[in-house]
Amino acid sequence: MSRSPNGSWRSVGTRPVRPDGIDKVTGRAVFSADFNLPDALQGAVLRSPFAHARILRMDTARALALPGVKAIITASDLPEITEDQALINGQPPDFRDMSANILARTKVLYEGHALAAVAAVDAKTAEQALALIDVEYEVLPHVIDVQQAMAPDAPVLHDSLITQGITPAPSRPSNIASRHEQVHGDVEQGFAQADIILTEEFTTQPVHQGYIEPHACMARVASDGQTDIWCSSQGQFMVRAYCARLLDMPLSRIRVTPLEIGGGFGGKTTVYLEPLAVLLARRSGRPVKIQMSRADVFRATGPASGSYISMKIGALNDGTLVAAQGILCYQAGAFPGSPVRLGCMTAFAPYDIANVKMIGYDVVVNRPKSAAYRAPGAPMASFAAESLIDMLAQRLGMDPLELRIRNAARDGTRTAYGPRFKEIGYLQTLQAAQAHPHYSAPLGQHQGRGVASGFWFNMGGQSSAALTLNEDGTVMVTTANPDIGGSRASMALMAAEVLEIDVDRVRPEIADTSSIAYSDLTGGSRVTFAVGMAVTQAATELVASLQQRAATLWDIPVDQIDWREGCAVASIDGKQEILSLSSLAAQAGKTGGPIAAHVSINAQGAGPGFGTHICDVEVDPDTGRVTVLRYTAIQDVGTAVHPSYVEGQLQGGAVQGIGWALNEAYQYDDNGAQLNPGFLDYRVPVASDLPMIDTVLVEVPNPRHPFGVRGVGEVPIIPPLGAVANAVSRATGTRHVDLPMSPPVVLRAIQRAARRRR
Amino acid sequence: MKQHICTHINGEATEFLCDAADTLLQVLRDNLRLTGTKEGCGTGDCGACSVMLNDRLVCSCLVLAVEAQHSQIETVEGLANGDSLHPLQQAFLDHAALQCGICTPGLLVAAKALLDHNPSPSESEVRFWIAGNLCRCTGYDKIVRAILAAADNMRTTHDGAQS
Repeated sequence: MSRSPNGSWRSVGTRPVRPDGIDKVTGRAVFSADFNLPDALQGAVLRSPFAHARILRMDTARALALPGVKAIITASDLPEITEDQALINGQPPDFRDMSANILARTKVLYEGHALAAVAAVDAKTAEQALALIDVEYEVLPHVIDVQQAMAPDAPVLHDSLITQGITPAPSRPSNIASRHEQVHGDVEQGFAQADIILTEEFTTQPVHQGYIEPHACMARVASDGQTDIWCSSQGQFMVRAYCARLLDMPLSRIRVTPLEIGGGFGGKTTVYLEPLAVLLARRSGRPVKIQMSRADVFRATGPASGSYISMKIGALNDGTLVAAQGILCYQAGAFPGSPVRLGCMTAFAPYDIANVKMIGYDVVVNRPKSAAYRAPGAPMASFAAESLIDMLAQRLGMDPLELRIRNAARDGTRTAYGPRFKEIGYLQTLQAAQAHPHYSAPLGQHQGRGVASGFWFNMGGQSSAALTLNEDGTVMVTTANPDIGGSRASMALMAAEVLEIDVDRVRPEIADTSSIAYSDLTGGSRVTFAVGMAVTQAATELVASLQQRAATLWDIPVDQIDWREGCAVASIDGKQEILSLSSLAAQAGKTGGPIAAHVSINAQGAGPGFGTHICDVEVDPDTGRVTVLRYTAIQDVGTAVHPSYVEGQLQGGAVQGIGWALNEAYQYDDNGAQLNPGFLDYRVPVASDLPMIDTVLVEVPNPRHPFGVRGVGEVPIIPPLGAVANAVSRATGTRHVDLPMSPPVVLRAIQRAARRRR
Repeated sequence: MKQHICTHINGEATEFLCDAADTLLQVLRDNLRLTGTKEGCGTGDCGACSVMLNDRLVCSCLVLAVEAQHSQIETVEGLANGDSLHPLQQAFLDHAALQCGICTPGLLVAAKALLDHNPSPSESEVRFWIAGNLCRCTGYDKIVRAILAAADNMRTTHDGAQS
């Protein structure tokens, strides 16, 4: 494997049609709800109409008596998980909470919380049965807002929840699950040096991942207990592990077959339906299929945490940042576990600041348990930090990119959360933004330009890949990670690069949990980096095997054999001899049998990711409506293995961030019931809301990956909140600190600013 | 009582039995196993279930199956001609206009409906026409480019055939 004289790779960096493309444009691809078995029952889930209530009594007798109903389960059918079984190796998720989330035990904690599940001969019968389950509730006071949930007199969700991270431990339960503190330098001293100190409060609303495919699954249990699950998720091994834990089964008894996944964005990194389907299938003796409605998806899955953030920065008159401080309060939903810690770590990571102190609170409220959403925890914290930096630029009369360049983290900068950065490309994204024609395009009346940056760690992790050489010289690349945005293409390209063959001779497949070794799930921007590393190593091993086979056939030492253009090459008696991949494959039987390589690794060395976005908006002064006029997403992507799909990550992430900034929010009535559990009233961006999203791929190779890859999927959702808010603030001449910036909110801000100016 | 419905789906005479309350989407997916048409919301908001009903673009989740009596229905499964892809399908592949692919069938059907009556739409016309088809992965950029490129390609082919 070697670069061509002009520095490019043979396959890496090209843009072939994705291997699963034909199936996805013809309707043949099988997504979760598309999978059927001949004698399957239909499942349905009973969900709480109340935001907070004690379950006094539940009686399923009338429902069970309905003809066509084959099984009903409630929380009493789930094994009890004790406190010491709740965590594996002390790490989240908490399986006691997960068990109580998939079927409520003693209390329902949000509208939509599952209470029971039914399997019946068809969907209509299952729905009828739900209405026949008698539940007696004692409705309790509820709390939706994060600041109200932190008040001393707030309704308490969990009687045993004592705040962690405070010494001495509080004596009374509260909704504050934990306090997290991160200190770097000495902020008091830092603020004492500052010429300028800016303080502001920010709020953001929970937003749903908004994948277009609702959750769905099929389960089948054989009479000996052997269990099959077909579903779409971000990790078939995650589904297997979680179901095994929740149902107290050995892993070997469960096989999970991944179906195509219709979007996840972090939201499909947990289970909701699968354990219920397994229990129903076990009880009924027939396969059971369960699908969520869109309203179920909104009321009972995701979202990303909403937040209240108070933040402060201090700077010298020349723009040098000397101190930053923040208090971040994140909504965890009904159970602890918001990503507030990651918000604390990432907010100021793009900057070299000597003194930073961040305090985070993880707060439970009567909303669905929050789930990961692309760079979990980072966008809201970044929104606050990048808004303050824009305010500082305005105060100093300084160009906002210049201000960022002055303070940018570089190689060797110690981050506020601990490690030193190595080989990062943040500065390059700022320079690319300055040089981009977008940044100098003229702006008209009521228009404004905002910039913002963002940082994400990116992850490595446990990954497996199996390469097998077929008898005709084509190659299978089997991995264990659902392809959520084109990763099959990346895997094929990296294998083809090492083998020095055309990518169309490589076929990528994604295996079930019984057909390949464990892999961590598809998330953390890790697949192209970490699974790609496993594929690359397996391909390298395959080449070594092929050279060995050629050595056997030629009867010469293996170190005299080169691998070039998909062929073993050697000079024998002064004459160049060649054995192609196809002929080595055809002769495998003579040289030791089938040729394959299986690599399982825990990939280390993921390269940090930085992005800088530029956004132009126009604000209608009469209605407050914001129109995005131009948008450019710039990111250090390491090496773009398939540039089109890398651009797609930047574009898609940017637009999700635009939705977060401008439109998306849950509305609740006084009883804590969601008023907008559908795409009509929970408005994700549509095509007519948007311009083209320009991208610039800055490539600063990650030296710890064979092709220089760094993760790209999560960074792009971080900068948009700040970039859009900074653009709207500059267009309207007043600072916007509450998201979403919907027309009435923007209009009120414009009117208030006008009154102040009078 | 089951209703007996006679239709043509993707050019083939197709009969089915359904309940009066069944939607066309349910019948396509559950009875006929034409699962290329997707359900994203069931309320006509996401466009994943877009099909052509008598040359009109509809959300099949908002059409009762009994309304399809004696009608012509076209779904994503009918877009390609044998193993030869429709120019829109090819353009979606060439422009990487899909990531997860769940919205793709609906977008292809909707885009074909646009190009059938407007062979040279502007970018803005494309954006407003597909505003009822949600995509959460791509930010629409590559989808819009793919539709414009397919339109261009189809016009060139058509003009070439005429001259």
